[in-house]
Amino acid sequence: RDFNERCAQCSEVNWGLTDGGRFYCRSCHNVTERSREVVNTDFISNTRVQTISKHLRKQEKTGMCCEWYVCEGFQLILKKQAEALETLGVCPQMKDEILYNFWRHYLQKSKQAYCNRPAGEAVRALSVCDSSTDVDSEPERPSLLHFLSLSESEGDLQTDCSFASSTSKVSGSTSVLSGSVDGSLYLMKNQKEKLRMTMPMTLSFCYMALLWLREPMTLSDLLRFVVEGHIPYLNVFQHFPEKMKLHGLDLKIFFVESWPTYEEVYNKMLELAAYLDLPRFPDITDSCFLHPDMLCMKYLMEANLPDELHNWTCRVVKKICIGEVDFLTLVPGNKSTRKVKYDVLAVAVIVVVLKLLFLLDDHYEWLLSDFAEERNKNNKEGGLYFEFKKWYKVIKCSLDVEQKKLDEERAKYLWRCEKPLFYSAQKKSNVLKRRQMVVNLQNQFGKLSRSVRPAEKPNPSSFQFCWSEENTDGSCFHGHSLKGVLQEKRGLLTAMNTDYWLCTLKLCNEKLCGHLAHYKEVDFPQSYHFVLRLFSFLLRIQPSYIHDEVCVIEHKLFNKNLYKKKPKYNTGRRK
Amino acid sequence: SSSEQHLNFKSSKEACLSYIQDAMLQKQWKRAAEFLTFYVEALEKDYSREYMGPSEIIWRIGTEILCHHSHSSMKEFNSFIEQMKTLGVKRYLKVCLEHAFRLLCNGLVDEAYQILSVAESWRFGEQTAIQDKEMKLIQAYKGLLDYYSWSRQKNILLENERDGFEDLSVEQEMHSCFRKAAVSLKEIIKMPGVWDLFVKCYVDLLEFYGDHNEARQVLNEYAYNSKFPANPNAHVYLYQFLKRHGEPRKSLISALKILHDIVPSHELMIDFNTMLQKSKKRKKRRLGLEVIFAALDYAGWKENVKAWNCLARQVKQIVISGKHLDWIKEEWNSRKDWWPAFHFSRYLAKRNWQENESLSCEKALVAGILLGKDCKYFKYVSHQGCKAQVKRFWILKKFVNKHNPVYLRISG
Repeated sequence: RDFNERCAQCSEVNWGLTDGGRFYCRSCHNVTERSREVVNTDFISNTRVQTISKHLRKQEKTGMCCEWYVCEGFQLILKKQAEALETLGVCPQMKDEILYNFWRHYLQKSKQAYCNRPAGEAVRALSVCDSSTDVDSEPERPSLLHFLSLSESEGDLQTDCSFASSTSKVSGSTSVLSGSVDGSLYLMKNQKEKLRMTMPMTLSFCYMALLWLREPMTLSDLLRFVVEGHIPYLNVFQHFPEKMKLHGLDLKIFFVESWPTYEEVYNKMLELAAYLDLPRFPDITDSCFLHPDMLCMKYLMEANLPDELHNWTCRVVKKICIGEVDFLTLVPGNKSTRKVKYDVLAVAVIVVVLKLLFLLDDHYEWLLSDFAEERNKNNKEGGLYFEFKKWYKVIKCSLDVEQKKLDEERAKYLWRCEKPLFYSAQKKSNVLKRRQMVVNLQNQFGKLSRSVRPAEKPNPSSFQFCWSEENTDGSCFHGHSLKGVLQEKRGLLTAMNTDYWLCTLKLCNEKLCGHLAHYKEVDFPQSYHFVLRLFSFLLRIQPSYIHDEVCVIEHKLFNKNLYKKKPKYNTGRRK
Repeated sequence: SSSEQHLNFKSSKEACLSYIQDAMLQKQWKRAAEFLTFYVEALEKDYSREYMGPSEIIWRIGTEILCHHSHSSMKEFNSFIEQMKTLGVKRYLKVCLEHAFRLLCNGLVDEAYQILSVAESWRFGEQTAIQDKEMKLIQAYKGLLDYYSWSRQKNILLENERDGFEDLSVEQEMHSCFRKAAVSLKEIIKMPGVWDLFVKCYVDLLEFYGDHNEARQVLNEYAYNSKFPANPNAHVYLYQFLKRHGEPRKSLISALKILHDIVPSHELMIDFNTMLQKSKKRKKRRLGLEVIFAALDYAGWKENVKAWNCLARQVKQIVISGKHLDWIKEEWNSRKDWWPAFHFSRYLAKRNWQENESLSCEKALVAGILLGKDCKYFKYVSHQGCKAQVKRFWILKKFVNKHNPVYLRISG
């Protein structure tokens, strides 16, 4: 607005404002160092923690613990996660700017920090043990939340001192219920307007930041890295500093014993983006990793399918306009558009292409494969034709092995950590005794089991399967040709297959039953199920999610035919 | 393939448990131990509402693995069990008891005794009352081990006597074991149940010290008290006791009556039939016939020469006397449809003749009387026997031929 300099990157004068109050160029998304003066600009996570701790050190009972707030805990967790992501190759901007700006904005929005609260403002349900909820009657006594606000003057000593004397009372009563000061407050249900922070939501934050930066990491990748241990999630709290004691209700907040699902993290992210009133996210263009053309290429490689299929995925993407910037870019709050799950979408496109070319009715694809096999036998030169049967065998073998490994790993997962958790001090000794026994038993039986336990985490990799054309056993299909399934018609390459079966004739109403379609393995051809199984393994999601997406794509693709009176294609289900 | 999406602690541990179970079923102890290592952290969760929680599962599975794994020792097992004892106070005595059993299975009698002694002195508030049954079992098994000690001492004593030694300490030891054993064993057999081993040992003790009355009472209680479950062995023990002490045939017979009702195929049925046959009372002899026919209904008796001999004898006696042919008719009525194929087929005739002449002879007599001289079995066996010029077969042939009309009357 009043900033008229030219952008260093693209020389345009088209400025917008990020959440952090910095100017960014709308054309090329270059973020500058120049920022509008905000109340507190030197925001780095530690500073804030230190600021609060400094004040609280007066209240330290024993030398070993301090009073801490739940949001501080989450902040630490986010910091660790961002650091891990940086180690994985994400740009440092994510940690230093984007994620923290989002976090700070969230704290502001949910009034946990960075806001001005006059001392007299009534706060509902201040403390569990505080019988009088009417704070108005005591103007000298600031509310807990007020304390979290950083007023214009950094740290009002007078306010702090008066608070110092009063918090000891409050904290004395809340510390029985939780190690954190506001643990019990946090869990109270009357916080509907505020989006309460949870452990799964930390991943939503991460993903949101990744998406803003258009980093080459899909949500399924992120979640897989979490489960593989490359990104801290379970038991992160054990890395809290010694002074931050956890017990009681804190456990309900920070201690989780399940992996969050894709849907959960994704939906929360959308909710969060809307809650924070974020503007339209940076555009997803066709040079982005998350664009279906790119992701299709990635998944085709990983699935060991011929590169030539990429032409077809691009054609489908183009035909149903899912490569458009406006379709792909996230606009928070806009409820009318269906939100895009990039990885699921890409994989579904591949499935549709396979159906187009191979039909996948448990009959035709094998027929085509036999023809290709014949041709390959008799004609050694000129490159191999893609044989579905061979591909199926190779993939099934690898998939079964990997699936079995994954299942065993899941059964062997260790959920507890060394840091003891207990709800109350009385249970502490029991908990410690149990822990000791568990360790003893692990040692005893560990000695009796296979001598070497491969304890190393697998190296983080974006690809789970690696197929190389250097393999002489011919197990790589990238370079194989699709000529066997294509024919030339009027100068264009089309599929030999002229039929198609729809996964569903009608899409369900998502709002009513939560799904667009209902997938039951027995209702569909085995080849189709196999393909779904492959991609559901890669993405670590249920086959039905992919199936839903496939249905949507099909309906877009065959829209004209579906709503015509006399459909051109065979729309009935085969077999 | 499990695409268990919402993977959480509970489902992960359930999966782990099923891997353990699979490994155990396939006797892959190393693999089972491996997965158990990952399962044990389930102890840190509260499962108090479940029917069978991790602590019990780990106890039982851990025991199996340690007992079968090639690299595991008793020492390791003991240390493991001691830990298990601290896990669940509600199960404490049960664990102790099973610990003792395992030790006994490995021949560590003294160690087992120690465990039982420690368990016996355990007190834990109201749990002691709740686990009353286990406590009684512990005392009973301790008593059993006392009995074995007593038995050992007794043998030493007898040896010493034979060799002319006298050793007071052995005798004293023996008596003290007796006292301890007697008290415990007496306690347990008061409760309705199946206490075969305990009863036998207790009776043995009583007999040694000459308290026959008490012994007889105990055995009677055990056999006839309706609160106790029906137990064929109870009757066997009573019978054996009475026989040992030269009781009259009458009481012996009454002792075996219920046994016949419960287990018609019991091996003592031969003794039973023999005694009944000798009786002067018609009813008893009738019962004898019933008993021997019933026994031979069972496949396990098909080739029992003694049994066939009993039957043959009785049938012969009846036929010769000419009285009570209706007895045979009654018994044969329910059997004539299936006994021919079951006992008297041509195949069996051949086989019996080849394998066991005496058997074939006895059976042939019965067959000849019940089915007539023209029946397959009799014809074949008698023919073979006469061909081989074995004397008894001539006698057999003559007898059956002579009494053939009987068959007509029976089958009529």
